[in-house]
Amino acid sequence: MIKFLLKGILRDKSRSLLPIIVVSLGVFITVLGSGWMGGIFGDMVDVNANFTTGHVKVMTRAYAENENQLPNDLALLDVEELLTNLNSDYPDMEWVKRINFGGLLDVPDENGETRAQGPAAGKAIDLLSPDSNEAERMNIVNSIVIGSLPDKMGEALVSNDFAEKFGVNIGEKVTLFGSTMYGSMMFKTFEVCGTINFGTAILDRGAIIIDISDARLALDMNDGASEILGYFNEGSYIDEKADSVKTSFNKKYSSVENEFSPQMFKLRDQQWLDQYMTLADRISGIMVIIFILAMSVVLWNTGLLGGLRRYSEYGIRLALGERKGHIFKTTIYEAIIIGFIGSVVGTALGLGAAYYLQENGIDFSSIMENVTMMFPPVYRAVVSPDLFYIGFFPGLIAMTLGNALAGYAIYKRKTAQLFKELEV
Amino acid sequence: MKNITVIILASLTVSLSAQTADEILDRVDKNMSAENRVLESSMTIHGKRNSRTMTSKSYTVSDKKSFTEYLTPAREKGTKMLKLEDKLWIYSPSTDRTIQISGHMLRQSVMGSDFSYEDMMDDRKLKDIYTATIAGEEEIEGRKYFVLELIAKVEDVAYHSRKIWIDALRFVPLKEDLFAKSGQLLKRTTLSDMQNVQGRWFPMKMIYKDMLKHGDGTEIHITTIKFNQDIPAYIFTKAALKQ
Repeated sequence: MIKFLLKGILRDKSRSLLPIIVVSLGVFITVLGSGWMGGIFGDMVDVNANFTTGHVKVMTRAYAENENQLPNDLALLDVEELLTNLNSDYPDMEWVKRINFGGLLDVPDENGETRAQGPAAGKAIDLLSPDSNEAERMNIVNSIVIGSLPDKMGEALVSNDFAEKFGVNIGEKVTLFGSTMYGSMMFKTFEVCGTINFGTAILDRGAIIIDISDARLALDMNDGASEILGYFNEGSYIDEKADSVKTSFNKKYSSVENEFSPQMFKLRDQQWLDQYMTLADRISGIMVIIFILAMSVVLWNTGLLGGLRRYSEYGIRLALGERKGHIFKTTIYEAIIIGFIGSVVGTALGLGAAYYLQENGIDFSSIMENVTMMFPPVYRAVVSPDLFYIGFFPGLIAMTLGNALAGYAIYKRKTAQLFKELEV
Repeated sequence: MKNITVIILASLTVSLSAQTADEILDRVDKNMSAENRVLESSMTIHGKRNSRTMTSKSYTVSDKKSFTEYLTPAREKGTKMLKLEDKLWIYSPSTDRTIQISGHMLRQSVMGSDFSYEDMMDDRKLKDIYTATIAGEEEIEGRKYFVLELIAKVEDVAYHSRKIWIDALRFVPLKEDLFAKSGQLLKRTTLSDMQNVQGRWFPMKMIYKDMLKHGDGTEIHITTIKFNQDIPAYIFTKAALKQ
């Protein structure tokens, strides 16, 4: 029977072409949409994890309360010992120390006096250790516009916008002015070894990136750090694992009585990421539900149109003695085959388009110059395993459901009126 | 005898309350401001984790010029600040750089203390920038104080309004609350150890507290203060920063 139905579908294109196009289009949109949304959400979580939140983050309780003010006077101390403990307690994670700092970036003239200056938003990471992954994690190498990474102490990467605005060239000196961990004035002169452009205003505005050993020296933070970030070796954020690490760490090391005791936060605890990730978790489900409902209505109508077109055929088949149930069943089988073909075509096209966007992405940096949230400049789709079925089954179900609703009309045909209808 | 005392006290009260807010401010300004002054002081900053003290020597001419050199500790030694009108430069001996502080940086804390560069630079007479009204009188530890409310009459002030408790006899402030335009209390200054220096009363100890910051505030002890001295003109030049 399948062979018979297939022949019917292939030979009578008016019976199958429109539904296949409709199902393919719907599945294509679902697969591409899910891949695109998944990619965007994933990229945003990754950017935030890589730059600010880690998969988990350790700060002092006091620092965490005013984190956005970068209160380095409340920063972690005895960091190397804490790192040793973290590496021992959680060996399947990578732990990195970072210092965030603010201040003023001052460009001297030939007399050593201020030629230009602007606010600085600095980040100190481990750039000089040979086994450090920090530059790669923060995509620094790809973000360098001119010059190169610091390869010795005393060198700094500065924002390309800042360098262009104030005419700062590679090899020139800039002075960072601010406060040390203990509130003293901090003056530290760096040689510009490169300029950097992350493509996002919040990261690029006044950016200066230095090695953490320079920052410790300048900010008087011997064995100190603003924060310690932890990353799962799996590469992506796993909420259950983060929850477990956080709970065990805080139980062992954190104390409500001591505001300088370390406290761990998971990615989802930080900023607006919990709401965001909840939305991301639900968005695929929402898309599939919308797709099934919308496609079912469309395919119901397509089925009704097909039913009307095949009105005479059904009449003849009933007149020849075929049972209504059998006709309905063959209609459903036919719908399953059409749905299958449409879903395969739609999934293949959707996967292809998603793969293209995964590899190439779309650059939105030009419209995000003034965006103050941490968004990636290039949005990419992601081809994940769920894309192979996320549109396939809804396509199949929608087509079958649509035809089942339309095919129900078969049962309303009155055998007594068949020959009269056929005469017409 | 008793009647005489009552009459004297009554006449004193009448004379105190008869003073206008402007007259009170004028007398405060006469104590606190001078043609020039040279002072040495120590500043103790009480942070959340520790306290640290630094000493400095300052030269000030009216509200236009001032020069400060930090003497201790070693990390700060040789750091100098020069204020000319509304400009401020800081010299760092470790980098041999002179940096001009401007814009939002003026609102930053000086050396991690509870006062900002803006606070440090604004030496203008209160009467010139605020309109004062007498809100009342209070007796604190046996001394009588005028309570003045000041509202800014110029735009370029760091604090829109102030409430000041002024000693009714010595005309020096005891306490000052500084408010934002929204009415939020931003800083509180407490002054004590009033001494008569060259015929004027001056507080030798001051505690500044940034009410938006944690910690126990910043204490300033004036060790020596001299008014109306001969200060060489070269002190107030950028060249003096590097000397």
